[in-house]
Amino acid sequence: MLNAYLENTLVYEPALCNGCGVCVQVCPHATFEMDGRLAVLVRPQACMECGACQLNCITGAIHVESGVGCASAMIQAALKGQKEAECTCG
Amino acid sequence: MIDLATLASTPAILPVQSRLTAADRWDHILARLGWKRAGHRVEPGLYALGNPGPDSPVFVSANYTLSFDALRSSLDGLAGYILVLDTKGINVWCAAGKGTFGTDEIVNRVFATHLKDVVTHRKLILPQLGAPGVAAHVVKQRTGFWVEYGPVRAADLPEYLKTHKATPSMRQVQFTLRDRLVLIPVDLVRLLPYTLAAAIVMYFLGGWVSSLAVVVTVLAGTVLFPILLPWIPTHNFSTKGFLLGLLVALPFALSPFFRHPDWSWYHRLGQALEFLLAMPAVTAFIALNFTGSTTFTSRSGVKREMFAYIPAMAWTFGAGLLLAVVFIFIR
Repeated sequence: MLNAYLENTLVYEPALCNGCGVCVQVCPHATFEMDGRLAVLVRPQACMECGACQLNCITGAIHVESGVGCASAMIQAALKGQKEAECTCG
Repeated sequence: MIDLATLASTPAILPVQSRLTAADRWDHILARLGWKRAGHRVEPGLYALGNPGPDSPVFVSANYTLSFDALRSSLDGLAGYILVLDTKGINVWCAAGKGTFGTDEIVNRVFATHLKDVVTHRKLILPQLGAPGVAAHVVKQRTGFWVEYGPVRAADLPEYLKTHKATPSMRQVQFTLRDRLVLIPVDLVRLLPYTLAAAIVMYFLGGWVSSLAVVVTVLAGTVLFPILLPWIPTHNFSTKGFLLGLLVALPFALSPFFRHPDWSWYHRLGQALEFLLAMPAVTAFIALNFTGSTTFTSRSGVKREMFAYIPAMAWTFGAGLLLAVVFIFIR
């Protein structure tokens, strides 16, 4: 495995896009861009699965298994037998 | 939850300045050191900055001092309201990930502060990084307030407020050298007791060189790794950590050949291998844990890394430790 971050869980269905542009606004990694009246997934590999686009997309055109990309949190969850990792920094 | 008594009474609007005091700066230093992790809080509620009127903008923030202070100090010379959510003393982005900087908390806080009676417009300006916890359309539905996502960094707000349009660079998170440097003290302080304990144990097992190896390994993982992150080859944090660990282990691996010419060849080689096996494993583990501090690692990617490399870390560390024990007896 040369790069664990080449793939992620982001799935976008352009057919459902209503062109509101909120995904372009909320994405901290410029994963989406507007092309005319539709959002286009231009940098899928940049996605960090924060889930902001999915939560704010009113038409449900975006799906991503969001969560914290934190090894420390996942290790603690595994040790405590929890299913979902929760960040524990604060 | 907000009870009826709170809803019935009109809560006070708290005055606040944009200028940071010496006490604020001291609090920031303590927060960066990890001192009382959850103790850097602002009282949730509505704050008045400058001399705001019914048309003044409303900014939403977390009740973590570093978040709140970044916002208010960026609004120097401007008037506005700051709606502070109860994020349990956690910053905006992490709280949004947990959902405490979230739709429900905004809705509750808007009603609890009687915001509709304070301003005549119906717009909330949120930090962009609050978005993982907030569904803007749901906030609109439940409160009547439009959510406008401002820039990632509060420092860009004055520029942003001229047009209410964020440039692409205002929308992107960065992870600059400065961003990485400020993270170092927290990890260093957190690992200090374990490092000291391990250094003392290793002193008795292998002498001062082994003791120094412990300290250097931890410093490599907590200080060198964040600084050098973009320049260490490979993409995965674990492999980056292994490489950095190998580099700092080299002088230790070479030390028995210079310091103990009287030892047998297998004894010298054995001790060299101890360092080459055990040190990179620890650096790699610290490096992997740094994923949570970065601004870009995905959960699925980190998971793949964990499954791929944690066994290798455990095996190499165990092998190094085993060698160390073996050579205590055959020395």
